[in-house]
Amino acid sequence: MIRGRCWKLGDNISTDHIISGKYKFSAIDNLEAMLPHVLEEVIPEFYKKVAKGDVIVGGKNFGKGSSREHAPRLLKLLGISAVIAKSFAHIFYRNAINIGLPVIVAQTIPEVSETEDIIEIDLANAVVRNVTKGIEEKFKPFPKELMMILESGGIVEYIKKYGVPPWVRSTE
Amino acid sequence: MGLIDTLLSRVIGKEVSPGDIVIIDVDTVYAHDGTAPLVIEVLEKELGVKKLYAADKTYFFIDHSAPAPHVSAAHVHREMRRFASKYAIRLFDVGYGICHQVVVEEGIVRPGMVVMGADSHTPTIGALALYSLGVGSTDAAIAIAYGKQWVRVPPTVNIVISGIPPRGVTSKDIILNIIGELGTDGMLGKAVEFNGDTLKHLSVDSRLTLTNMCTEMGAESAVIPLDEITLKWLEGKGVTPYRYVDYDYKKSEFVEEIVFEVDKMGPVVAAPPDVDNVVGVEEVEKVEVDQVFIGSCTNGRLEDIELAAKILRNRKVHPRVRCIVAPASRRVYVEALRKGYVDILLEAGCIVAPPTCGPCVGAHMGLLAEGEVAVSTSNRNFPGRMGHKNSKVYLSSPAVAAASAVEGRIADPRRYL
Repeated sequence: MIRGRCWKLGDNISTDHIISGKYKFSAIDNLEAMLPHVLEEVIPEFYKKVAKGDVIVGGKNFGKGSSREHAPRLLKLLGISAVIAKSFAHIFYRNAINIGLPVIVAQTIPEVSETEDIIEIDLANAVVRNVTKGIEEKFKPFPKELMMILESGGIVEYIKKYGVPPWVRSTE
Repeated sequence: MGLIDTLLSRVIGKEVSPGDIVIIDVDTVYAHDGTAPLVIEVLEKELGVKKLYAADKTYFFIDHSAPAPHVSAAHVHREMRRFASKYAIRLFDVGYGICHQVVVEEGIVRPGMVVMGADSHTPTIGALALYSLGVGSTDAAIAIAYGKQWVRVPPTVNIVISGIPPRGVTSKDIILNIIGELGTDGMLGKAVEFNGDTLKHLSVDSRLTLTNMCTEMGAESAVIPLDEITLKWLEGKGVTPYRYVDYDYKKSEFVEEIVFEVDKMGPVVAAPPDVDNVVGVEEVEKVEVDQVFIGSCTNGRLEDIELAAKILRNRKVHPRVRCIVAPASRRVYVEALRKGYVDILLEAGCIVAPPTCGPCVGAHMGLLAEGEVAVSTSNRNFPGRMGHKNSKVYLSSPAVAAASAVEGRIADPRRYL
């Protein structure tokens, strides 16, 4: 069970919002140096305010733009335990699963949630709850392979455990 | 079935449908200095793999911060060279050009291929009738290590473009008009296929701009079926299709078909803060401009530079404006030089930069100060994209960009054509 405090963001949060290219490229060999700039134009000093386990709740087209995987990696490094949104850009979605950051597509929760609400996510049963508001929503369960990647903590951890990625494993 | 599902069915050897998750052998993988450092970290530090099954299908490009503007970039470039040399990966070093341009010019990607690029604008190369997927670093690393990846077969929307482009309307205006209609999430979770009689009027250079910008409406992939224009272009480079796919869009079914009448379009710009904020150029003609950028994987090809040179010939860049032109590749640069375009641009007062993505992504080579305004032929106008968070980017065709460079404010290029 994932449980954390909500950070409510709007539609179209891009990977540039999460980490701007000018910081990514000036500190390309140092992920930690990028932390102070994460979401800085959306929530000033986000890196100081965020706490371990917090959940981001976005709107439409979350993670649009660049393929930079630093975006989900930095969110995870800051302690974000999941991202819920009405829809995701496909590269961000794949990147997040690959690094073991759950990405949940839901429609009601993004409508009703506010920053500071308590959010719970039950991945195994595909349910997300806004505990503060007392509202629950079912989401489409992950395919088995993707669920195993998330449970392992990412594709790298999965490969360390099983030797190969699930799609190579299934063809062997 | 669109061309993408037809191609994927052919590659896998059984019929696939949109929504199917399939495992596929990847024909080509590439990454650049913005994404390759993490690819290397995943392979060497996180996975510790000893063998890369697809090393001979992998290409690295140093194009985003090239030449290195700071020690951090120099360090990752050195790492890329070391890694590429160790695993016999072909690396296109500083000066070759932007990855999406070089892979088509060099015949690395060919019609019928399955290609993964660690960059969001990988759909650009779909103009050559292949399946392209933009991915992140870990996805690219796994494709390089195992030669296989999973993909979800995307539902394809058929975008039919019809009519002859009016004067001053380039493929950039066509695609911005389309994005303005469909929105930045209009094609989310879908692939775009272009068909229609307008294609007969668009060169391969122009087509690459169309597919490039599909990323900006959320499309996972974009494709243009093989035709005489593409075949002739390939022939000129001595390149043949990698896989022949029997395909006719007229016999195909799509999840959706949308028709755009190109002959009714005019030159447009995408005003800040997003790419679907599209307005006619005449509506913003009073906006003063500090910098013009002509280049990027969107509009840094020979045809784009030719168009800019046509407008800037015997004219001067406005004293208020820095006009930076970065050819997308060394080949484009050399061609532009031979045809005299570089002379024209320099005489006009432009800065002709080496091939780089730099300004588009705010990496280097012309960042914006607080309050400054740029007209750029690139693909994103998000706040702070090209510099300070309170700088503004208007996206346009090379024609609008060049006309704006002359006038010092956003300008209608039809006065010069």
